[in-house]
Amino acid sequence: MTFNDEPPERGTPLSIRPGHSSPGRLERVLRAGNFAVTAELSPPDSADPEEVYARARVFDGFVDAMNATDGAGANCHMSSVGVCALLSRVGYSTVLQVSCRDRNRIAIQGDVLGAAAMGVASILCLTGDGVQAGDEPEAKPVFDFDSVSLLRAVRIMRDESRLLTGRKLATPPRVFIGAAANPFVPPHDYQVLKLNKKIAAGAQFIQTQYCFDAPRLNEFMREVRALDLHKQVFILVGVGVLSSAQAARWIRNHVPGVHIPDAVIERLERASNPQDEGKQISIEIIREIRDIEGVAGIHVMAYHQEHTIAEIIERTDVLEGRVCWFPECDATQACLSASAK
Amino acid sequence: MYHARLWSVRHARLLEAFYQCFEKVLIRLHPLFERIGYQRLEQPVAATEKVVKGFLFDCRMCGRCVLSNTGMSCPMNCPKNMRNGPCGGVRPDGFCEVKPDMRCVWVEAWTGSQRMREGAAIESVQIQLDWRLQNSSAWLRVAREKGEQRAGSL
Ligand code: SF4
Repeated sequence: MTFNDEPPERGTPLSIRPGHSSPGRLERVLRAGNFAVTAELSPPDSADPEEVYARARVFDGFVDAMNATDGAGANCHMSSVGVCALLSRVGYSTVLQVSCRDRNRIAIQGDVLGAAAMGVASILCLTGDGVQAGDEPEAKPVFDFDSVSLLRAVRIMRDESRLLTGRKLATPPRVFIGAAANPFVPPHDYQVLKLNKKIAAGAQFIQTQYCFDAPRLNEFMREVRALDLHKQVFILVGVGVLSSAQAARWIRNHVPGVHIPDAVIERLERASNPQDEGKQISIEIIREIRDIEGVAGIHVMAYHQEHTIAEIIERTDVLEGRVCWFPECDATQACLSASAK
Repeated sequence: MYHARLWSVRHARLLEAFYQCFEKVLIRLHPLFERIGYQRLEQPVAATEKVVKGFLFDCRMCGRCVLSNTGMSCPMNCPKNMRNGPCGGVRPDGFCEVKPDMRCVWVEAWTGSQRMREGAAIESVQIQLDWRLQNSSAWLRVAREKGEQRAGSL
């Protein structure tokens, strides 16, 4: 979908609308009340920009923004700043993931400025997995910030146009600030308070950990609504695609913070075609998520299953006929006809 | 002492009451501390603090104590130094993502705070730590900062 003020040249930023923090498409889509779809792009082990573009093209038309992970699982890949800079160059809307594991406050504040200068309009502030989770467990963990103090730092840079030290910024980073939430791990009754804390620190949108347990999400969202938090922050629920029972078990045991109920794994085990069953499970969960009051969208993390996303989005029709913007979008009738409010 | 640490969280209410009295005394002592000189007190007080809080909380002497906001569970024992709540990696059984043999510091903090009179303090945002304060006495810092505040408002 295109906006009525599309920049004449692809890759230059949109204007910042009144009441908006960023020139980003994601913020616009959400504030217009659309059900948003974001997807995780896993950066390549390569210095070739074409690899990044190839990974992005898989999502063309189906996502409102792509998250570039920052050393996901504590494994080294192309940097999120690098990936976002490449994607922004051709106009894609990106979410820069920033983890506290590998860099201190000096490096992170610098990256926020650099990324914003290159066109990044949304930033997701994360703590990050411990180094023990990755293939370089001997690395020195930094954790100078935690996710909340990082959120606050980015908000101060943007709203007060200064660094944490007080040093003035000539131009602040105009970014839409995001945080993660994990309603699926203990201490359960604290999670909604932690969300509240993140909002207080500066979070404007939330992308949650994988949801494979809709009843638990429902409970969490009930608590969210009781505190009216869904009116203060856009909540995008994380969804994944499982390809087999073995894969599900591996994720559950090796990726920190992922909760997959036994019932889901048993279902995959019984299925004659686990691939299809995995897709079916995702579709059912997405439909359930979509109908929960206070949910603003979904965030798809389909590592190694990226090719299935188009079909899943189409079959759930969460975009309600919208075609999300992509570089060749202007050439296709579909994109124009679905142009936005 | 891991077991003492868990004991402290179970007795968070008691420790909270004790600390509230202790803090009042500290603040009252500010004029005296000033006369003796904070510089001169730093080393002996820090050493005492390290022994006492080291035993009770596995204190890491971060210099900016937040035990009253964290259910008496020292957040510096978290391998990610989380000072604002748990990370997203807590195991289903409530154990730490990084150290599977240790209860997540924040699962403990949450239960501890539930026992405390002013447990809602867990909800306030903590800013990033000033790492220069490491190994200095948080007690003296409280005495000085709150003592000066008190003197200013009198
Ligand atoms: S699980 Fe708890 S103690 Fe372990 S790293 Fe995460 S927040 Fe810290």
